[in-house]
Amino acid sequence: MIVSAAAGVDSGDTAWMLVSTALVLLMTIGLGIFYAGLVRAKNALNTFMMCVAALAVATITWALVGYSLAFDGDAKIVGGLSHAFLNGVDFAPRDGTTIPHLVFFAFQATFCIVTTALVSGAVVERMRFGPFLVFAALWSVLVYAVMAHWAFGGGWLQAQGTLDFAGGVPVEMGSGFSALAAALVVGSRKDYGRQALLPHNAVYCLLGAGLLWFGWFGFNGGSGFSTGDPSVLAFTNTLLTPACTLLVWFILDLMRGRQVTAIGAATAIIVGCVGITPAGGFISPAGAMVLGALVALPCYAVVMWRPRTRVDETLDVLAAHGVAGLFGIVFIGVFASKSWNGVADGLAYGDAGQLGSQLVAAVAAPAYAFAMTWILLKGIGAVMPLRGPAHDEAVGMDIVHHGEEAYLTGEGAILMRAEAEAEEERPVVANV
Amino acid sequence: MIGIVRPDKVNDVLEALYRAEIRGFSLSRVQGHGGELDRVETYRGTRVQMGLSDKARFEIAVSEDFVEHALDALCEGAQTGEVGDGKIFVVPLERVVRIRTGESDRGAVTPVLK
Repeated sequence: MIVSAAAGVDSGDTAWMLVSTALVLLMTIGLGIFYAGLVRAKNALNTFMMCVAALAVATITWALVGYSLAFDGDAKIVGGLSHAFLNGVDFAPRDGTTIPHLVFFAFQATFCIVTTALVSGAVVERMRFGPFLVFAALWSVLVYAVMAHWAFGGGWLQAQGTLDFAGGVPVEMGSGFSALAAALVVGSRKDYGRQALLPHNAVYCLLGAGLLWFGWFGFNGGSGFSTGDPSVLAFTNTLLTPACTLLVWFILDLMRGRQVTAIGAATAIIVGCVGITPAGGFISPAGAMVLGALVALPCYAVVMWRPRTRVDETLDVLAAHGVAGLFGIVFIGVFASKSWNGVADGLAYGDAGQLGSQLVAAVAAPAYAFAMTWILLKGIGAVMPLRGPAHDEAVGMDIVHHGEEAYLTGEGAILMRAEAEAEEERPVVANV
Repeated sequence: MIGIVRPDKVNDVLEALYRAEIRGFSLSRVQGHGGELDRVETYRGTRVQMGLSDKARFEIAVSEDFVEHALDALCEGAQTGEVGDGKIFVVPLERVVRIRTGESDRGAVTPVLK
């Protein structure tokens, strides 16, 4: 039986948005691999599991209230509750798009998931898993959904003219500056600044960054909600910008240490993708390449500077997402080109006002994300301890919180049988 | 001298050894079982008791005068007070030869200071 789509739904657009949604969902797993590679072997599973946790928690909060708060109505600060519990989200096209409301919801859900997962990078290797679940649930609503409303849902930033194609405000600045607050509230790892705490698998970092880049074609390419010009432009810019960031990162690495580093390259891919996220559908391909080259500079500086501070913002979410997202948002104000986007010109094309609108977002988004995350974690910390004793950190989060190890040999593992089914009490040594 | 310590205390032990000016040793990763409680891990339906824990094994050859210093350094660096901190075995050494020069015994275990 073939049921035709609801009136106003475009099949081509819907097909692309279904694919984009799946692409963005893969980014959370890519991020998990990237993050797992960056931590020590004894914390690899826990780090990955924080991203997996976002898949569960943020999807549910998004369906319950997050989506409604972000996308119901165009109130200034936060949306309404008439789409809570997915009320009224069905096959009819979402207002202003040619895709079913359900697809629009699912696509936006994947953004909420990956952004929630991003923040975990600030607290890995020490935050307890339980409090992180609570934090993820509350953060996805109080920080992400609110900021998504500001930038995408008709909230005050969008109303005053801020252009944000795919999430420079809620996703990149939202996660980056929240990460800074989270690192400050949770505190440094016990050995931070005393010992070298090194990535345990650089190959995972490159693999994860590659999967992120792949998924980002859906993230940016889907943010036009169609197969129209803005989506095509953003898609191609998602190829161009990170390539330029990579090359400039290579050069910066060479100038600093005479060697091009792999983990640097993985970082550069992400920085480039983040930089083009807000600007994707608004700037020319040539502008995207310039953006890619330039965004490397401030991010490289922050990546080099941050470990010299006492702030254990462990996986540099601030540098890779906060700073790069802020740079992209401001870049639109200068290089937006009406001949490419049909919407607005930036300063370089004669409209200084656009830069003003972008700067408002570049101040408001970091301030809200930082303050709200700070308050949220202080609140959770008052109810339950955010981290365990130093001994837990020494053993590693994988064994303490999950009872598993990432790299298991099985030697010395003795099989335990449930009393009922144990016919003989003789323990069996695992045969590996 | 052989010291079996927790892997996460290796850096502390190294620092203590450097402070005691003990510059020659080797380190290997081993698995062992001391008095510590077995930890239980679960992989799908399979529950296992992990009878072996990861440990780091220091082998240090020192002359008589350095034995106490090396012992102190290992204890200081590796101690947490919990079961599973490890052991130190002090054993006599029959002969030592430094391959590069052919020096033997005390000369062979004395670090070359430039």
